[in-house]
Amino acid sequence: MKEKTSLKSIFLDGIIKNNPVFVLFLGMCPVLATTSSFSSALGMGIAVVVVLTMTNIIISLIRKIVPNDIRIPIYIVVIATVVTIVEMFMKAFMADLAATLGVYLSIIVVNCVILGRAEAFASQNNVGRSVIDGLGTGIGFLLALVLIALFREIIGTGAIEFVGLFSGKVLFRLPLFEKYAINIFVGNAGAFIMLGLLIALINMFTSVHEKRLLKLEAKKEEATVKEAK
Amino acid sequence: MKFILIALSAILVNNIVLTRFLGICPFLGVSKKTKNALGMSGALIFVLLLSSLVSYAFYFLVLVPLGLEFLKLVAFILIIASLVQFVEIALKRFMPSLYKALGIYLPLITTNCVVLTVALDVVAVTGGVADYSFLEMIIYSLSNGIGFALVFIVFSFTQEKLANNKAIPTPFKGNAVALLAAGLMALAFVGFQGMI
Repeated sequence: MKEKTSLKSIFLDGIIKNNPVFVLFLGMCPVLATTSSFSSALGMGIAVVVVLTMTNIIISLIRKIVPNDIRIPIYIVVIATVVTIVEMFMKAFMADLAATLGVYLSIIVVNCVILGRAEAFASQNNVGRSVIDGLGTGIGFLLALVLIALFREIIGTGAIEFVGLFSGKVLFRLPLFEKYAINIFVGNAGAFIMLGLLIALINMFTSVHEKRLLKLEAKKEEATVKEAK
Repeated sequence: MKFILIALSAILVNNIVLTRFLGICPFLGVSKKTKNALGMSGALIFVLLLSSLVSYAFYFLVLVPLGLEFLKLVAFILIIASLVQFVEIALKRFMPSLYKALGIYLPLITTNCVVLTVALDVVAVTGGVADYSFLEMIIYSLSNGIGFALVFIVFSFTQEKLANNKAIPTPFKGNAVALLAAGLMALAFVGFQGMI
């Protein structure tokens, strides 16, 4: 029998090892479109966490009664319903944020991360584990969005602004180097360039980390060989 | 004049890939070879036009009279999914050669955000009047498809040059350098901004 992974590792896998954005390259449309400011990225990230957790719960609950042949259309309908609910909620209570996110809020429906987790995890695991998986993957997505947005906003405007999620008013503003801001990073081209640079940076770190791990393993092997002698 | 304006705006000024960031997944994934890009673009234009047509009709003939506008997301995604399935079966039966050419790209289109967004765009209503008349809706969907195809095919030439290029530093290989190239292309498209 396959060994069951612990809840902690399910949660952390979604954030680090299988980060949907930086490792799996899933759901890239909102990653580029909603990261021009920190606040909109945070709002989008939270929406994705909520949708992903809710769909994971529902799909895990119905996993035993769904016929295998038509499971994908059923999952899509569940996801579309949840997204509609979240969208209505946000339009009612966070009108400014919903207006900024616009159509990107609706197209969470076709975000591959959500359908991917439904198919790969929630359809085979119980509710508790599916919730943890939804939270982990969702937060991994949120952190990636926020990280990209921070870089883009700081370099592009030379300041950080935090807009209240419910009120839509600027809560605080930290000016850093507004004179030397490179506007292009807030714009369209900057989104592609910043994401490309960040991915390269992460590739570099992971390759250095892997090399170090390989070296450690080689040393261990050497030690065991010596001991054996 | 209005038709030309809608077409130019959708193809160049508000290009769906480079300024609205939709369809990025196939943009990075499928565009590695020009042949694949051509197949995907053909399939997308075809499905986009059909799905907009059906969604538009369904929204204004069924959902609006029944007062069920809030169901549009669920309705459209089902329309697109079943339409893709239907097109696949019909092509397989009547045009096997075209089916072979588009084959694997058709199912991918179900989860393509371009199709869903254009369907949501064309049913937008401001002040009780639909933003797009029937003819305008067709022009808008077609030009968005062409805009996608244009960027997609041009980018596939770049991707072919980038693959196996020894001059690229290791951390930049793969998606990182592709994104940088896409960024430069988006920068070029900023030039169209003042046109309309």
